[in-house]
Amino acid sequence: MYSEKVMDHFNNPRNMGEIENPSGVGTVGNAKCGDIMRMYLDVDEAGVIRDVKFKTFGCGAAVATSSMATELVKGKTVQEALQVTNKAVMEALDGLPPVKVHCSLLAEEAIHAALWDYAKKQGITIEGLKEPVADIDEIAEV
Amino acid sequence: MGERIYLDNAATTKVSEEVLQEMLPYFRETYANPSAIYSFAGEAKKAVGIARERAAALIGAKPNEIYFTAGGSESDNWAVRAVAEGLSDKGRHIITSKIEHHAVLHTCEYLEKRGYEVTYLDVDGEGMISPAALEKAIRPDTVLISVMAANNEIGTIQPVAKIGEIAHARGIFFHTDAVQAYGHVPLNVGEMHIDLLSASGHKLYGPKGVGILYIRENVRLQPLIHGGAQERGRRAGTLNVPGIVGFGTAAALAGETMQERAARETALRDYLIDRVLAEIPYTRLNGHRQERLSNNAHFCFRFIEGESLLILLDQRGICGSSGSACTSGALDPSHVLLAIGLPHEIAHGSLRLTLSAENTREELDRTVEALKEIVGRLRDMSPLYEDFVRKA
Repeated sequence: MYSEKVMDHFNNPRNMGEIENPSGVGTVGNAKCGDIMRMYLDVDEAGVIRDVKFKTFGCGAAVATSSMATELVKGKTVQEALQVTNKAVMEALDGLPPVKVHCSLLAEEAIHAALWDYAKKQGITIEGLKEPVADIDEIAEV
Repeated sequence: MGERIYLDNAATTKVSEEVLQEMLPYFRETYANPSAIYSFAGEAKKAVGIARERAAALIGAKPNEIYFTAGGSESDNWAVRAVAEGLSDKGRHIITSKIEHHAVLHTCEYLEKRGYEVTYLDVDGEGMISPAALEKAIRPDTVLISVMAANNEIGTIQPVAKIGEIAHARGIFFHTDAVQAYGHVPLNVGEMHIDLLSASGHKLYGPKGVGILYIRENVRLQPLIHGGAQERGRRAGTLNVPGIVGFGTAAALAGETMQERAARETALRDYLIDRVLAEIPYTRLNGHRQERLSNNAHFCFRFIEGESLLILLDQRGICGSSGSACTSGALDPSHVLLAIGLPHEIAHGSLRLTLSAENTREELDRTVEALKEIVGRLRDMSPLYEDFVRKA
């Protein structure tokens, strides 16, 4: 059902864990649909994501998309991280089963939520970043 | 991966060697259509008759009250729909429970769209319906009560005899989906006042694709499948002779071994339940502690999600199942777990392990060790667990 890449990221998740005193942290999803993702960011003065960690409650695809999303934003600038879409996460994982596409949306949303928190703490505005929606059901309907 | 440990016997069982050997001649030797006139067909017909006697004997029924079908889902569909439609002049109200198999629930929903009314009885935290609530739900226009004998997810065994007694005191037909119970717990259609009973071959070491509907003699039922005079004109289609023979053999063996098998399974089940509850914190057992199928253990591990758990068990060669939404492609977790009052996030972390007569204590030890490691790993990854630990 899952690609080899998905299984690899599920079995060996990259950047799993927490960051003490993160520059930004965001949690998205809900327990009702069974997926919750939390993303921690450590951003340096130049606006580069020095470190990123995640924690996920969810299925194999939820874990794998979180893991891949952290890989895709690590070392990137905040602006570049904002360009990491759910499609990019899916492509990097060699695709997902149709019923699991919402996991990739959640991963994108988790990055946005962490960036939003970072911007709030810094008192800055990140161009193109909208306040994240916590409930993935609402996102899926857009 | 080591040897496979199969703990999903509520999903299906392995056909037993005896059953397979009895079936084989009916594929290439005695392959005649039992409805034909020539004497060659008579041998197949005779084999079907023996299977019918065996299927009936297991529940104290008469052979002519057994109708062979293609399985449990067909039997459930047929029973609920045909009783309701056959008695529509008398009333259009059905009583069932919230934890039935979808073969019953979706048939009820089908009938609701066609003007029937359905009462879905609540269950308590252990998955038990209340006979008092059942009595209260009965109306003058109630024509059918359909309550399963034992639940396929959490294993709770319903007070079938009591339900039957209530139904018959009010002159209402009683159907029970006994797919998980038939051959596993003693059932007697007379003593338990059962009018219709569904069962399936592959849950008791028989073949897939064959089941029965027991229909009490005085119940008149229209066919669901039209097109032939088979099964006394009530179920068309050339008889699945090898399957039916397999069903009969499985039923006979299940009857002979039931007591011993249940005792062995119960001991193993309780060993598994006790170890898991003692050694993995924040875990609950679902279903009734005593009134449960001898082969069923069903847990919820807090802070983790079922599909991840199943994948990691599978990588260690262990086959289980989950009522997690992610395993079904739906967003909501199992209707059974929600009906017993579990919140979504706990229902998502469910695991069903169902034993067979062949499982060993060593296999369960390996399973418990794997579970400890996997649950720990997934909790380390879980933001829900992180929040819980922070608050504690």
